[in-house]
Amino acid sequence: MSHPHGLTDAPPFSGCFHCGLPVPDGAHYPIQFENQTKQTCCRGCQAVAQTIIDSGQGAYYTHRTALPATAREAEAELAQMGLYDLPEIQESFVRTESENIREAALILENIVCAACIWLNERHIAGLPGVLSVEINYATRRARVRWDNSRIQLSAILKAVTDIGYIAHPFDPGRSDDIHRRERNTAIRRLAIAGLGMMQVMMYALPSYTATDMTDDIRLLMRWASLVLTIPVVLYSAWPFFIGAWRDLKRRMLGMDVPVALGVGTAFVASVYGTFSGHGEVYYDSVTMFVFLLLTGRFLEMNARRRAGAAVEELVKLIPAAATRLPHWPARDEEQIPVARLAVGDHVLVRPGETLPADGEVVEGDSAVNEAMLTGESLPVSKSAHAKVVGGSLNQASPLVVRVDRLGADTRLASIVRLLDRAQSEKPRIGQLADHAAAWFVGLLLLITFFVGLAWYVIDPSRTLWIVVSVLVVTCPCALGLATPAALTTATGRLTRLGLLATRGHALETLARATDLVFDKTGTLTHGRLSVRRVVPLGGRSAEEVGALAAALEAGSEHPIARAMSEAVNASVTADGIRNTPGRGVEGMIAGRTYRLGSPRFATAGAPPPESDDGASWVALAEKNEPIAWFALADTPRADADAALSALRQQGLRLHLLSGDAEGAVKTTAQQLGIDAWHAGALPEDKLAYVKALQQQGRIVAMVGDGINDAPVLAGAQVSIAMGEGTDVAQAAADMVMLGSRLATLAEGVALARKTQQIIRQNLGWALGYNLIAIPAAALGYVTPWMAGIGMSASSLLVVLNALRLSDFKYKATSAPAALRSQLSTLR
Amino acid sequence: MDILILLIPLSLVLVGIIAWVILWAVKSGQFDDLEGPAHSIIMDDDSPPKSDDDPKP
Repeated sequence: MSHPHGLTDAPPFSGCFHCGLPVPDGAHYPIQFENQTKQTCCRGCQAVAQTIIDSGQGAYYTHRTALPATAREAEAELAQMGLYDLPEIQESFVRTESENIREAALILENIVCAACIWLNERHIAGLPGVLSVEINYATRRARVRWDNSRIQLSAILKAVTDIGYIAHPFDPGRSDDIHRRERNTAIRRLAIAGLGMMQVMMYALPSYTATDMTDDIRLLMRWASLVLTIPVVLYSAWPFFIGAWRDLKRRMLGMDVPVALGVGTAFVASVYGTFSGHGEVYYDSVTMFVFLLLTGRFLEMNARRRAGAAVEELVKLIPAAATRLPHWPARDEEQIPVARLAVGDHVLVRPGETLPADGEVVEGDSAVNEAMLTGESLPVSKSAHAKVVGGSLNQASPLVVRVDRLGADTRLASIVRLLDRAQSEKPRIGQLADHAAAWFVGLLLLITFFVGLAWYVIDPSRTLWIVVSVLVVTCPCALGLATPAALTTATGRLTRLGLLATRGHALETLARATDLVFDKTGTLTHGRLSVRRVVPLGGRSAEEVGALAAALEAGSEHPIARAMSEAVNASVTADGIRNTPGRGVEGMIAGRTYRLGSPRFATAGAPPPESDDGASWVALAEKNEPIAWFALADTPRADADAALSALRQQGLRLHLLSGDAEGAVKTTAQQLGIDAWHAGALPEDKLAYVKALQQQGRIVAMVGDGINDAPVLAGAQVSIAMGEGTDVAQAAADMVMLGSRLATLAEGVALARKTQQIIRQNLGWALGYNLIAIPAAALGYVTPWMAGIGMSASSLLVVLNALRLSDFKYKATSAPAALRSQLSTLR
Repeated sequence: MDILILLIPLSLVLVGIIAWVILWAVKSGQFDDLEGPAHSIIMDDDSPPKSDDDPKP
């Protein structure tokens, strides 16, 4: 995003003028830009670039800082767009303002930099009939208002496709709109409280410091403060009163009760003081208190919100339209919106299409990519009677599917619900603080009552002010902020590090964890094959045979092919490539026929070289005679070794549990120096292993990625799912590691421990402050303004202490870890 | 000191105006996207597009 170039220089991109891909030989799709002829790679990019330049938005090409997706992809979407004009489809995501004025929320795909936003805004706004368009840079969402009598939604979507982006309608009623309203209300409350606080402080300060102020001025300032405090108390602090009322109705003493009581009492006492003309006023304390608390809640809300963005991305996986076969087994087709599908319908899913619902295959034989559900990157083969899941992608050949479950009943919908629920949970330490606060509040009220009683006997005229002093000085602001302030800051920092806490207790438990259990595939390793060893035979070089293999596999998307092409560059080309699914390929290179694949296919059963590391062997053969062996294996992540030794230095015991065969697991465990490893573990074995650890009193953190890890992730005290893993795993996990960078773990553990430390400091400070302040106030030594300042200062200290977490850096052990990994490569 | 009798009510009016402006800004979506405007400010537009009612073919 932050490329320095592109803003001042001419576009530094080579290749296709639009998308940057290499321009194929013989392709001629020229485009005129600023009096120069530029080449594009395909008709799609040419059309897109022409549209952009013709509509006077060529500045996009000088401003962009990243390359867009190639226009080739967008074409496929076009067929469905007409459907978006149907009223029953629009129902779910279009808001009708008046007869013809409509508004819809769209998700934009392929947005890579700010110039894309600019381009889309300009382009859509320029369409006749479009009334307004706003694109949110952070969420990549657009809100479009249009006049339905002048333009159809499909025309707007098509206009977006014309410039190389894809727009999906998005149902905003579910979360976006609700969130927007919540957020706007919170900002309004915060703004009112902030303004009130600043201005009331202006009036309060002279009354503390000035000595020559006349009574009428003093009175005027009080009245002015009252006017400003009324909206702060009645509008900004309203949620606290509601919360307190709810708590009292449930016969509990929550955090909101003392807050409401403190604000209420101080306000009422001040109003009384203002009207009666004697005694003190506390408007400054009231407004500052409300403002600080609201700030804490606002930050907390934003942190939770960020964690929720992932959920909404899932929703768009279900396509909007499906091909129904209404008279199955007759083959007549009709395009209908997914919303109109019914259970029992038969749908045709062509290769490249997404399954619209859960169901069962009744005809066809294909490979389906379920990566979003299972994390399994290899396509799963599906034939008749196989269950398929809505949202997965059909890759090979057409399937006819009978719909079993729709909409809210699908697996995808249940995942979304799980995530939603996780986000609404309250941190356990927050609950603990609430619990402690309930006792504290009860005690405080009791003390206040007795203090009031005592002073009523000693000097009735001072009773009210001393009671208020006690309430204000002990207003559990610091106590209330101690935990959320630290948690919020830590969660924010953690998110920037790439570790997303999706459940409240995650941070706290991670800090206490003693054992870290890893899954192997996809967690410690990449989860995909790469060439580990090449054994050339007959005096050939590794490069030579590698080039042959890469040429044979060129153009194939098979994981073995990917591993091959990552390892070497094809310097020769193969002709007449014939693919035998599940076994291998055959092709001609320089007049000779080669086979690459399983030993049986390529060499008629020649035995592969001995190995015990669990790698699988692929043979390259000429006329059944093997000329090279390739060992393919899953390799550990580059940073695994350094990350694990950092974790070990933090005093964590490491374990490795895997469902894989012993050879592969043992190799990985030895490479990474993990002593406690178990191979061939089924999900229930893993869970039993974790339970056994827990019975020894260990606190277990589990790191995993697959659907098979979901039970054990749920069983561990705290669980971390890999960001590129399955959504099921992520739903079961307490944290999600976004970048799949293992080093984040050590940083996360250190940050979690630091957070606990800061929370303890904060609580200690808040309690210590109260221990001193309460007796002082009870004895009448604390004047109300001192109480106000003391309360504010203690809150401020707590917040500042928590803010130390926001630039937390974990360094301590990274240097030795790096050294160790260097040593281990030397060995 | 007498000037305060005028200045204090004046400050109240000012606060009222500021509050109104902020509420208006929240309502009109000024706080919806706190990231994008920082980027779009550098998109200096030299050639204004054609007007809405003059679509290109």
